[in-house]
Amino acid sequence: MTAIAIQPAPGAPGLVTRARWAVSDTLTISKRNLLVWARVPAYIVFTVIQPVMFVLMFRYVFGGAIKVNVPGGYVNFLMPGILGQTAAFACFGTAISLAQELKKGVIDRFRSMPMARSAVLAGRLVADTGRMTVTILIVIGVGYAVGFRFINGVGPAIGMVVLAIFLGIACCLIAAFTGLAIGDEESVQAFGLIWLFPVTFLSSAFVPISTMPGWLQAFANNQPITFVIDAMRGMALGGSIATPLWKAIAWLVGIFVVFAPLAVRAYKRAA
Amino acid sequence: MEQSFAGPAILVEGLTKSFGDVHALRGIDLSVPRGTVLGVLGPNGAGKTTAVRILTTLLRPDGGRALVEGHDVVREASAVRRSIGLAGQSAAIQIELTGRENLEIIGRLYHLGRAASKARATELLEQFDLTEAADRAAKTFSGGMQRRLDLAASLVGQPQVLFLDEPTTGLDPRSRLGMWEVIRSLVAGGTTLLLTTQYLDEADELADEIVVIDHGEVIAAGTSTELKGRVGGDVLEFTVPDRPRVGDAVAAVTKLAEGEPHIDEGTGVVSVPVGVNGSDALIQSVRSLDEAGIETSGLGLRRPSLDDVFLALTGHAAEEEDADTGGKRRRGRRKGQPEAEKAGRASS
Ligand SMILES: Nc1ncnc2c1ncn2[C@@H]1O[C@H](COP(=O)(O)OP(=O)(O)OP(=O)(O)O)[C@@H](O)[C@H]1O
Ligand SMILES: [Mg+2]
Repeated sequence: MTAIAIQPAPGAPGLVTRARWAVSDTLTISKRNLLVWARVPAYIVFTVIQPVMFVLMFRYVFGGAIKVNVPGGYVNFLMPGILGQTAAFACFGTAISLAQELKKGVIDRFRSMPMARSAVLAGRLVADTGRMTVTILIVIGVGYAVGFRFINGVGPAIGMVVLAIFLGIACCLIAAFTGLAIGDEESVQAFGLIWLFPVTFLSSAFVPISTMPGWLQAFANNQPITFVIDAMRGMALGGSIATPLWKAIAWLVGIFVVFAPLAVRAYKRAA
Repeated sequence: MEQSFAGPAILVEGLTKSFGDVHALRGIDLSVPRGTVLGVLGPNGAGKTTAVRILTTLLRPDGGRALVEGHDVVREASAVRRSIGLAGQSAAIQIELTGRENLEIIGRLYHLGRAASKARATELLEQFDLTEAADRAAKTFSGGMQRRLDLAASLVGQPQVLFLDEPTTGLDPRSRLGMWEVIRSLVAGGTTLLLTTQYLDEADELADEIVVIDHGEVIAAGTSTELKGRVGGDVLEFTVPDRPRVGDAVAAVTKLAEGEPHIDEGTGVVSVPVGVNGSDALIQSVRSLDEAGIETSGLGLRRPSLDDVFLALTGHAAEEEDADTGGKRRRGRRKGQPEAEKAGRASS
């Protein structure tokens, strides 16, 4: 080997160095993940084109048949729902990528290196949050083109986007745990569909819950996606915010508290 | 580098690990002096990967202890991680990224800094003959190239101790030879290497010391020469071109055999362990075969191969144990149709 002088870290690094590495390693991993994402056309299709198609389909195909009582009509009702779903669906990528990396031994390599232990998960979440934010902004742009308007001011509009992002991160944590625990790409995908489709569709995202049969209403009225989307809708269009927002925040905090440690544990144990 | 530590680069004592009912490791001991190559040889399911995963801090052992460069793999895992490199059983590269990007990212994660990461990537791409393909997505690489890239990735941090888990499994013969070449040059640079393999010739070719493991236990250890000595002498070998007469040929030389004669169904080669009086046996066998009127080709004596060692140690050729079914299958070179039968039918 021609020698390029590289100083292999001799002793144990100090606390400050370790903290610096935790940040820089997380950024390295997230840049890496975004680079991978940008190289796979199918990922772009799923993360951008799919929500745009949903906007257009609900706006123009189903929208006419759905009666809602909000200012601006169905397109205004729809957009917060689509955005919540878009954020939630971002977690498919999280679970699938982690399962793939686990299977290919990429995670084994990272775990055998002297890098920050937290970086693989944290970097994954940072990258997915970035990706999700871009998607949300694109979908809002498309929404504006088909008639959607924020009618409650800039501050609440930003609040709505932030809430959507937190919903997305919560889902990504659940997905990170399941991706690492299951560790098989196809099963992870199937498992994601099993819970994500029902919780997003059986909510206030696309239709007023009052149009559902009674037994469904009982579920739809009391599940977290509904709270989040009701709060988002309140922020975008005005109307009651406080009650759904507190419930939404309580749920999201609960999900963080339960699933962040579970995901970390699954990462440490990943075999 | 920590030259102060004088013990072996890898020291393993009584290491055990179970997965439920499966006893993957039943107490293995290893010692690998610095700068040498240990070949860990064993069939599928022997426990090779489990051992490597414990030594590279990925898995906690149930019992026993393992030190790498003097550091305990459980209590001082981060110190161990600073001195090792790992290329696992599958190529752990991101195929959407280019070869160069793969290596640069690893460099950044070793905290080499941007410029040094780039320089190290360029250097390794050169060393592994990947310069031309360096800026293509790794998914366009051949299997051999992906393996080389994976090996390069394991070297980014200039490890003192390198672990390679079956580095040539799945490669065609040419890529395998190329890989051997690369591994030899690494070792010449003074890296300590632990290499697992299912190929007897690979261990023979690359390793200073070999341990043979089977069912989670070390069943033999020593240099290739020592292990061959365990078979206890020479092997008489020949082929019978007239395949239906293989049985007669074996019968003719049975009285010379000091162990069970072995017929390779694939190649039709008959091997007979004949002990220390090899040349006597050779002359005797020529006579007996001639008397029986059997033509042979390639009749000769050879030093025993590791195949013979495995046979002698375990009573079976290097077979793979099917964990699910408990059944055994012949593997590798010994696999294939019994051609003697086909030839027999064709001539009748
Ligand atoms: N995570 C796990 N859970 C359950 N059983 C496992 C696990 N890992 C390994 N085993 C079992 O432990 C035994 C040893 O496996 P190991 O992977 O170490 O073998 P190996 O020698 O590397 O085999 P191969 O040549 O096929 O790679 C096998 O019976 C395997 O099924
Ligand atoms: Mg293995």
